[in-house]
Amino acid sequence: MGVSAAIVGPGNIGTDLMYKILDRSDAIDLERVIGIFPVEESDGLQAAVEEGIGVGTEGVDSVREHADEFDLVFDATSAHVHEQQAPVYDELGLFAVDLTPAAVGPYVVPVVNLDDVVGGTRNVNMVTCGGQATIPIVHAVDRVADVGYAEMVSHIASKSAGPGTRQNIDKFTQTTSAGLEEVGGADEGKAIITLNPAEPPIMMRNTVHTRVAETTDVDAVRDSVSRIAEEIRSYVPGYEVTLEPTVRDQDDVGFDLDGDVVLSTQLEVEGEGQHLPPYAGNLDIMTSAALGTAERIAAQPNEAVVGGDSDD
Amino acid sequence: MTDSPRLVDMTLRDGMHAVDHQFTPDQMADVASALDAADMDVVEVSHGDGMGGSSINYGVSAADTEAYLDAVAPELTDTELSVLLLPGIGTVEDLDLAADHGADICRIATHVTEADISEEHFEYVNERGLEANGLLMLSHMAPPETVLEQAKLMEEYGAEAVYVMDSAGALLPQDVRDRVGLLTDELSIDVGFHAHNNLGLAIGNTLAALDEGAVTVDGCLRGLGAGSGNAQMEVLVGALDRAGYDVGPDLYGVMDAAEDVLLPMLDDDTMPELDNDSLLLGYAGVYSSFLRHARRAGEQYGVDPRDIIVELGEMEVVGGQEDLITDVADRLAHEGAAEADD
Repeated sequence: MGVSAAIVGPGNIGTDLMYKILDRSDAIDLERVIGIFPVEESDGLQAAVEEGIGVGTEGVDSVREHADEFDLVFDATSAHVHEQQAPVYDELGLFAVDLTPAAVGPYVVPVVNLDDVVGGTRNVNMVTCGGQATIPIVHAVDRVADVGYAEMVSHIASKSAGPGTRQNIDKFTQTTSAGLEEVGGADEGKAIITLNPAEPPIMMRNTVHTRVAETTDVDAVRDSVSRIAEEIRSYVPGYEVTLEPTVRDQDDVGFDLDGDVVLSTQLEVEGEGQHLPPYAGNLDIMTSAALGTAERIAAQPNEAVVGGDSDD
Repeated sequence: MTDSPRLVDMTLRDGMHAVDHQFTPDQMADVASALDAADMDVVEVSHGDGMGGSSINYGVSAADTEAYLDAVAPELTDTELSVLLLPGIGTVEDLDLAADHGADICRIATHVTEADISEEHFEYVNERGLEANGLLMLSHMAPPETVLEQAKLMEEYGAEAVYVMDSAGALLPQDVRDRVGLLTDELSIDVGFHAHNNLGLAIGNTLAALDEGAVTVDGCLRGLGAGSGNAQMEVLVGALDRAGYDVGPDLYGVMDAAEDVLLPMLDDDTMPELDNDSLLLGYAGVYSSFLRHARRAGEQYGVDPRDIIVELGEMEVVGGQEDLITDVADRLAHEGAAEADD
């Protein structure tokens, strides 16, 4: 039994998500793709038409007009637009999966906290691409050894960073560090992003540094990380740990660790290449996580989670 | 060309790389006080990778930005106080803090092709009424036309000056002339230059930049700084004086600041020199602050740091990607082990 869905915002992310749903999702029936430009001016809407999906060109008005067709919307617009549209989705009884940095609803990283969140809200936020890649690792370390401090460094190909990211890069670091704490479980989080223009474009790479007690059972951490990576691969096939948690102690760093050690883990995300090239793993992991989230919601036995009414 | 260039002393910023970001606020206050007494034009203070740079990836600094600024600001009379910010590492919140704690100038640095991530930061600095400068890092990695195009973005965002940053110390004098010359011809704002000495050209390149119209240039006391260090400030003051420039700082003053105040804070490990590893940074075009991280990784993984640096150059890594050093060292160690098995 599938859930009917619409995509609002047929840009790069929205279009990639459309192809992912069509390619590999039995649980999601994509009913409509909605933008704000005429079809002939929108590559994303043209792609939807070619795939035989209904389109809308009036933004939130199209959502209202067709709201009886679907129960869930993927919002891939922008933070500002999502903030305006979230109350409308709610009023129409639609479950919203927010791929923008607006974070009207709680952060969701499917493999970490989805089950805790659904049921309590009808709007979930997908944090950031770097957050989707690294928060699970922090969680995997934290469930074995208490993480006092977690730091993620994300390197993405310049070509895969769109104008939205570039104009508001602080939003990436601030949202991601909040996610490292709230979802990952670190007492303190820090996020760093670099853009690399090398050609051919680099794959999305991430490093996660966690500061843990010297007595930490490193083998148990490695096992925990390996298990969560396997779970992530169920919805992000190109997710690979390239350096398993590696210990650095006081001798290996130039600052005072105060008796702690650093565990550093590196990972790479290769996109599936549906709409975006494989190097754009940063965009791919967002659409994959959003789809994974929607599928998990579709699998919920409780009709109230995704029902036609909002009066539950 | 200018008759009286502005000199920016970064002993307490780029110099932080050489000491693994471990200067204490008291040490900073002492150096700043000596520089103020020497009539230095600008003193820059922060973690080597800018405000927000204190991290496992780049090194946790001995104190936070607030403590450093509060230590240095009261020591300065006519000398202006500058801070550095790399968007993606620090945020507007750091700029806010710097503005509240006495900064006069905020320098916003991006990789030479990524200026468009800095718009919100320039806007904020202008809003606070401080001087905003734009820094295009690793300028050797882009042709002069690209450097110009990116500099124009920073000009449009509100930069009062744009710097050609030779972050890898890889530019030859003619490369400096091509970039700085084009910028001074085409921009209506000031142009600056920042040297590293990895090919032994820091002073010469700075002179070339000034000759092409740069009006603000960087250096560090005793040539402290990432890699083999930056342009040595007291040498720069002496050389500029000999070249007929009217420089603000007093030669004996900066010499004393270097030898009497800074030098006792350093040892054989922290005093940069133009050794084999740092030479290769310039040769391979690698971000100078990778040096100490590459050495540490080399030791941990039993790999020659020179191999790590050359490989990083081939990968075209950019500033901020220090974590990839571990990745490369790990890979080289495995390749080495595989060869030994053959």
